[in-house]
Amino acid sequence: MNVTHSGTASGFPLRDQGVALRLSRRRRAVSRLIEALCVLATLAGLFLLGSILFTLVSNGIGGMNWTVFTRITAPSGDGGGLLNAIVGTIIQAGLGTLLGTPVGLLVGTYLSEYGRDSKLGEAVRFVSDILLSAPSILIGLFVYRLMVEPAGGYSGWAGVVALAVIVVPIVVRTTEDMLRLVPISLREAAVALGAPRWKAITQICYRAARDGIVTGILLAIARVAGETAPLLFTSLGNLNWSLDMTQPMSSLPVTIYSYASSPFDDWVQLAWVGALLITAGVLALNILARVVLRKRS
Amino acid sequence: MSITMSEQTINAPASQARATQNEPRLAIKNLDFYYGANQALKSISLDLPDCKVTGMIGPSGCGKSTLLRVLNRMYDLYPGQRAEGEVLMDGYNILDKGTDINALRARIGMVFQKPTPFPMSIADNIRFGVKLHERLSKADMDQRVEWALTKAALWDEVKDRLNTSAIGLSGGQQQRLCIARTIATRPEVILLDEPTSALDPISTLKVEELIDELKRDFTIAIITHNMQQAARCADQVAFFYLGEMVEVGTATQIFTAPRQKRTQDYVTGRFG
Ligand SMILES: Nc1ncnc2c1ncn2[C@@H]1O[C@H](COP(=O)(O)OP(=O)(O)O)[C@@H](O)[C@H]1O
Ligand SMILES: [Mg+2]
Repeated sequence: MNVTHSGTASGFPLRDQGVALRLSRRRRAVSRLIEALCVLATLAGLFLLGSILFTLVSNGIGGMNWTVFTRITAPSGDGGGLLNAIVGTIIQAGLGTLLGTPVGLLVGTYLSEYGRDSKLGEAVRFVSDILLSAPSILIGLFVYRLMVEPAGGYSGWAGVVALAVIVVPIVVRTTEDMLRLVPISLREAAVALGAPRWKAITQICYRAARDGIVTGILLAIARVAGETAPLLFTSLGNLNWSLDMTQPMSSLPVTIYSYASSPFDDWVQLAWVGALLITAGVLALNILARVVLRKRS
Repeated sequence: MSITMSEQTINAPASQARATQNEPRLAIKNLDFYYGANQALKSISLDLPDCKVTGMIGPSGCGKSTLLRVLNRMYDLYPGQRAEGEVLMDGYNILDKGTDINALRARIGMVFQKPTPFPMSIADNIRFGVKLHERLSKADMDQRVEWALTKAALWDEVKDRLNTSAIGLSGGQQQRLCIARTIATRPEVILLDEPTSALDPISTLKVEELIDELKRDFTIAIITHNMQQAARCADQVAFFYLGEMVEVGTATQIFTAPRQKRTQDYVTGRFG
């Protein structure tokens, strides 16, 4: 395996065989060490993930039954379920994504296609990145001041807006990153056929970047489906059945938050069930997206 | 004095637009081009005769691609790049501010060095360009797709999988698809920027045969680094060096009896 160029005939200077051997030994040792560290880190990550999932499933599965899906939250001992929380989360996460995604797509498109090197583009990118890493409780407070206080009460809409604010920077980031990966040559090819710029972007670039953008949107849904803090200040939670978006609205994370810390065993059990539901939902979304994307391409 | 490029002239079939047979399809006059402060083309004057192949040769960086990208105003995408001078088509200076650039690009198509299939089906690749400029019935569109793919010598290879992704084609097939996509919009001029440099010899041969076939209907400008290719394909050959056009002549004249020393040095391989 140790190929050495020898002889001056080929133009290569003769190597010191001893040095070469030592270097090659060291190279292999370092390579093995790095490999071992990588495997170790992967195992540690997998172990953590596995134990979280295991705890979740083993604690949640016992409480999983039809009443969870057919009955709304009720006082401890009355055999309540999570129906209002499930529906509330679907509505708020759904509308929040619907509201935030178009904005994020357009901003991401602007950053990648139009304002790539402009001052405004850089400012927008900076603000979006800050928003991306902002603690979500701040976003809750922001929407509280913006909507809840002026309206004089918590509402489903306020929850939707708070979640949308979280969705926007995620979609901005992935849209910009994915569009930037689309080679310039593809844009030029579209434009060379006589396509206006916007058509090249919407019909060619979006398509080329589709998988990445869809993945980003899914990540955003997954993220907001589990958000608790921004909802505490906005849609608050609702123990009753209500689809009125101008009223406080129930959600899974907020219910989990209040049930998990309660002294009642049946509520704690429901909190585990809720956590399992969110995890399963996010997982199902991801699998669904993969299946759909694979079918289309 | 300049004829405006109205919808009518733009959408007219190529044969009709060609009232004056002797006039060059494109006449480049005193063209200067700048990347910011860098001048990349210096006072270029060159005619592209109708239904003839013009080969463009010269060492890397001499401005061949730049020239092609002026002809369909590709440089418009990039602020800071600008052209001065004239490029006349039917007596109209296409460099004018008022030119309908999208219509212009439908008349002057371009194929790039690397194949650039769109991430969609083979048929949709063709339809995309056509739909930009024409409203066709489904039957007419199907016919156009078949016509373009046949012209590009690709039909037999793909007719059974028109609705599968174009990304799955081989490099040579992808390049012929890009040519098909370009001719499907029925341009009058086709610009080819080293169209075979990324292809294997067999695909290259196919594309070269194709060019020979296409010059019956289209005016063609092709950049190539391959002298044999220029000699095989081109009716006239222009030699570029450091942003200038050194000389232009028939392929035979340029390769056997160049007037300029620099041309001779280049075609005999003394530099490149
Ligand atoms: N986008 C650009 N910005 C600045 N200079 C460029 C750009 N593209 C090409 N040039 C310069 O213009 C000159 C001509 O380039 P090009 O037309 O690509 O040459 P060729 O196609 O003959 O190899 C070169 O010196 C090149 O460095
Ligand atoms: Mg070039």
